Amino acid sequence: MLRYIAKRLLNMIPMLILISIISFIIIQLPPGSYLHTMMAELRAAGDQISMDQIEALRIHYSLDQPVHIQYLNWVKGIITEGNFGFSFEWNRPVKHLIWERLALSLVVSVSSLLVSWIVAFPIAILSALKKHTFLDYFLTFVGFLGLSTPNFMLALILMYISSVFFGFSVGGLFSPEYLMAPWSAAKVVDLLKHLWVPMVVIGTSGTAGLIRVLRNNLLDELGKPYVVAARSKGIGIARLTFKYPVRIALIPFISTVGWQLPQMISGEAVTATVLSLPTAAPLLLGALRSQDMYLAGSFLLLLSSLTMIGTLISDILLVLVDPRIRYE
Amino acid sequence: MKKMAPDSILDVRDLTVKFFLDEGTVHAVNGVSFSVPAGRSVGIVGESGCGKTVSAYSITRLLPKTARISGEILFRERGGDITNITELEPDGGDMRRIRGKEISMIFQEPMSSLSPVHKISNQLSEAIIQFQGLTKRQARARVIELLQLVGIPQAERRVDDYPFQLSGGMRQRAMIAMALARNPRVLIADEPTTALDVTLQAQVLNLIRDMQDEFKLSLILITHDLGVVAHMVDYVSIMYLGMVVESGPVIEIFDNPKHPYTRGLMHSIPKLRGRRGERVEPIPGFVPSAYALQEGCPFCERCPMREERCTKGIPQRVQVGSEHYVCCHVYQPGEGEPDVVNA
Ligand SMILES: Nc1ncnc2c1ncn2[C@@H]1O[C@H](COP(=O)(O)OP(=O)(O)O)[C@@H](O)[C@H]1O
Ligand SMILES: [Mg+2]
Repeated sequence: MLRYIAKRLLNMIPMLILISIISFIIIQLPPGSYLHTMMAELRAAGDQISMDQIEALRIHYSLDQPVHIQYLNWVKGIITEGNFGFSFEWNRPVKHLIWERLALSLVVSVSSLLVSWIVAFPIAILSALKKHTFLDYFLTFVGFLGLSTPNFMLALILMYISSVFFGFSVGGLFSPEYLMAPWSAAKVVDLLKHLWVPMVVIGTSGTAGLIRVLRNNLLDELGKPYVVAARSKGIGIARLTFKYPVRIALIPFISTVGWQLPQMISGEAVTATVLSLPTAAPLLLGALRSQDMYLAGSFLLLLSSLTMIGTLISDILLVLVDPRIRYE
Repeated sequence: MKKMAPDSILDVRDLTVKFFLDEGTVHAVNGVSFSVPAGRSVGIVGESGCGKTVSAYSITRLLPKTARISGEILFRERGGDITNITELEPDGGDMRRIRGKEISMIFQEPMSSLSPVHKISNQLSEAIIQFQGLTKRQARARVIELLQLVGIPQAERRVDDYPFQLSGGMRQRAMIAMALARNPRVLIADEPTTALDVTLQAQVLNLIRDMQDEFKLSLILITHDLGVVAHMVDYVSIMYLGMVVESGPVIEIFDNPKHPYTRGLMHSIPKLRGRRGERVEPIPGFVPSAYALQEGCPFCERCPMREERCTKGIPQRVQVGSEHYVCCHVYQPGEGEPDVVNA
């Protein structure tokens, strides 16, 4: 098992190199750059001092050099000193901007994922066991309701409800007094108070699909001969259902964790914007729009790495729950 | 209390099973009767689709919810009481007790009948722990013992394997061990060798017979191959389209088959010592659909001895020997041996 993990980690290195190159190419692709735009504006205004400063920045980040040198410098900075470059738009190093946002994104995504699983699993199991009954149809209906309600609308409704009925604003992830405060127990509590809205909004959007897939997986499994064989041993239905078909129907889900994480991070963009969450997606969107190259590139790189790590984690889990994979 | 023959352990009487589907009603079993004398073995033989599995599943009440079952399945409990299985809740406590302690099944597909993600030890000890009150450790020791008994080499190691790590023959042996683990009194083997290589079939059949002696089992052996039952069972019931068309002691059936369908089956037994490549003669025609019940004898369309009366009315059961019965219009109660060409 350890060897398997080590092998997988080694395999990730060439992938990472490839991803970093692609990220870099992507941010170079559109014509122009943040600095170009800025210099053009300054030149029009005749501001020589600022232009000199920008020229210095250009030279410092070797933006006058060919693209591959720029790339190598960027990668070198990341590897040697964890320096992801400079955000021209925010006028701060990229590393000061992204980590907290990524961490918050991860918190929001993982908790939403948990919500959708916790909601979907019992519903799907109940639906499958009570196939074609009123309960089954009703639960399916509720699931589709969740699927077809746009996230931004649900977000707005929840915000409205919580400010009108509970008297506190849930926009963002923190109350104003904690926004700039250093991390503390009180700040975590404050985060949890705000977290439930995006958790519910993002979580429910995935629930319906999850219910459908799990219900159908489970129905397939329930008809398999090993279920009849297990019944023929005299084991009670409830016990048997959880031990055999449910367990096996869950396996495909574990393999989806890997790509669901990054998908959720990008999927939360709209919700994050509506709820003004300080997560990665809105910042990435802004950076792409203003061609703030190092910020955008670093985000792309880190999100891709996250995908790879997620895939690795789900593969390891898969090996743990499905013995067939270990021996193939 | 119901009455049953003093020596039988299981009496199936006029068993009828229908499936109510959206597409129509499937008449899967239409009045099947047979009985299993305690400690003896009964073969149920018929072509694919004639209702063998459905009959077996009726005895253990494993049929899906779309099935309606009627008739009687009388089972003699250890204390002598008689339980009518058709009156039990399919997954209720009594039925589960019977499955867990009295009537075990072996299934046709050894691979898909075991969970792919649970170890042999886990799947075999489950029922022992529940019904015999053994600890995990004791159950494991018992499972190893059983695996050795059914001839799995290196049982101490194999017990921690997953089903897919075993070969087909070994898996079927493990299934047999799983059935025996419950110390049953009745064993139902539903085409236990159909999914296996020809070379393994004889081994597994021998094993089943040895286990029958060892555990003093009453055995129901289901197969589509009349050749398989010859050396395995004491009594045979021949099924066609959800009905028993002929039944009797195995020697009697082989020496003196009465029903034209039985005779057809005899001809289609591959002869072991026959010349290579010799073609087995199949019975001509197709099994009719189980959706529509026919008016006359179910076999009449394919019957070489068909007569005018065969298309009218389902033939009655006629006794033609001491324990030998046949359902065929050619044989009339009271009439002697009719003058028929050997088909
Ligand atoms: N679950 C089911 N739903 C509907 N029809 C079924 C079902 N199971 C079996 N049948 C039908 O019942 C008949 C007997 O099937 P079965 O007992 O499996 O035959 P076999 O003798 O090959 O074991 C067949 O016509 C089959 O199509
Ligand atoms: Mg069958």
